[in-house]
Amino acid sequence: MTGFAMPAPGREPTPAEPHENDEPDEEQLADDALVDLGAWQKQLAITGPLERLDAELVGIEPVKTRVREIAALLLVDQLRARFGLNASRPTLHMCFTGSPGTGKTTVALRMAEILKGLGYLRRGHLVSVTRDDLVGEYVGHTAPKTKAVLNRALGGVLLIDEAYYLYRADSERDYGPEAIEILLQVMEAQRDDLVVILAGYRDRMDSFFASNPGIASRIAHHIDFPDFTVDELVRIAELMADRENHRFAPEARQALREYLERRMAQPRFANARSVRNALDRMRLRQANRLVAAGELVGKDDLVRLEPADITVSRVFGTGS
Amino acid sequence: MRITQGTFSYLPDLTDDEIRAQLQYAIEAGWAVAVEFTDDPHPRNNLWEMWGLPMFDIADAAAGLAEIRACRDACPQHYVRVCAYDASYGRQTTALSFIVHRPPDEPGFRLDRQEASDRRIRYTLSPYAARQPHSRRYQPGG
Repeated sequence: MTGFAMPAPGREPTPAEPHENDEPDEEQLADDALVDLGAWQKQLAITGPLERLDAELVGIEPVKTRVREIAALLLVDQLRARFGLNASRPTLHMCFTGSPGTGKTTVALRMAEILKGLGYLRRGHLVSVTRDDLVGEYVGHTAPKTKAVLNRALGGVLLIDEAYYLYRADSERDYGPEAIEILLQVMEAQRDDLVVILAGYRDRMDSFFASNPGIASRIAHHIDFPDFTVDELVRIAELMADRENHRFAPEARQALREYLERRMAQPRFANARSVRNALDRMRLRQANRLVAAGELVGKDDLVRLEPADITVSRVFGTGS
Repeated sequence: MRITQGTFSYLPDLTDDEIRAQLQYAIEAGWAVAVEFTDDPHPRNNLWEMWGLPMFDIADAAAGLAEIRACRDACPQHYVRVCAYDASYGRQTTALSFIVHRPPDEPGFRLDRQEASDRRIRYTLSPYAARQPHSRRYQPGG
């Protein structure tokens, strides 16, 4: 067996991990060495996702702060490793709580990118599941189903939306606890390969944790997504409109603010999601207005949203 | 006698890192990775027992490696192999198959000669291990 040699496939850094090529892990720094953190940060390709988090998501400052803290911790940990200071890998299972439409899924997606950039995750993909994907229908169905989902998510982020549905206190024959048990096992045994994010409404999440202390203790980061203010919602609407190549006329902006104030007071207000729906309706009305007028239209007319497209909404009490 | 079946079988046993790299290659090629085990190492024994279903949509080799480790722990006295199935049209066959675990002691094969008519000799192989009933093969001292 000693006559020939093959390059060991596991020892070559793959091109999918560029920072490992640039910064070989073997290279250890002297005790008095200095590292330019800013330059190193750029090399790790996390500044991109972090900046996009800032630019594309309005508001939710506490969330951004926490994401930045986690990124900084991982960055410093890597740097410490280069000085030979070993620390255990931090657990990064998270819980996102907040009202509907506050950006939980979007932040989870960005989180996967950031963690991949920092080398914490190897793939950085997001697998988004709900109760139906984890819990089976009959005895013996749940475990393989949950395991298959977890296997799919390894190397990336598993986002369990409305995680509290996994546990149903009222039903004894529910298979949810079985899924929770397997989830806990994998969260513990393979935490190097997987980040689990539980998302849901705050109050129900709290009662879920109260009845499943095992899960609560394994989640290090509880991040609360605050509701948006009117100013933030207006900026979100403008960002969304901009992405769809629309623009609000100056008077329409005032109408939009009034609309949002009224809509916020109504039941079933879902923050950014409601804004998106409202914007879709405004585009319908704009199209209808242009067609009904049947006049000459220029590019500007197609882009501009007028106050009339907003004020006919049912929240103004004039009927739609 | 060390049995040689599948890819890499003339190389020293792959380390877990090397197995991980092979799995990742298979996953990126779009092949479904499956873990199988047996205690009958006869070269014509193509159908090994399946350790769970093939993993069709995994993204990272960690999932495959975890299954391999679980299988090794459950069957330390068995052979464990990884198969990667290429489902693409025109191929639809096992694209890669290699042994990732073998029993500590492999007794090897016995060559049987059978006298047939007209002084012809028929040869056949039988694994020493397979003389024991299922589940008692490869036991220490057996």
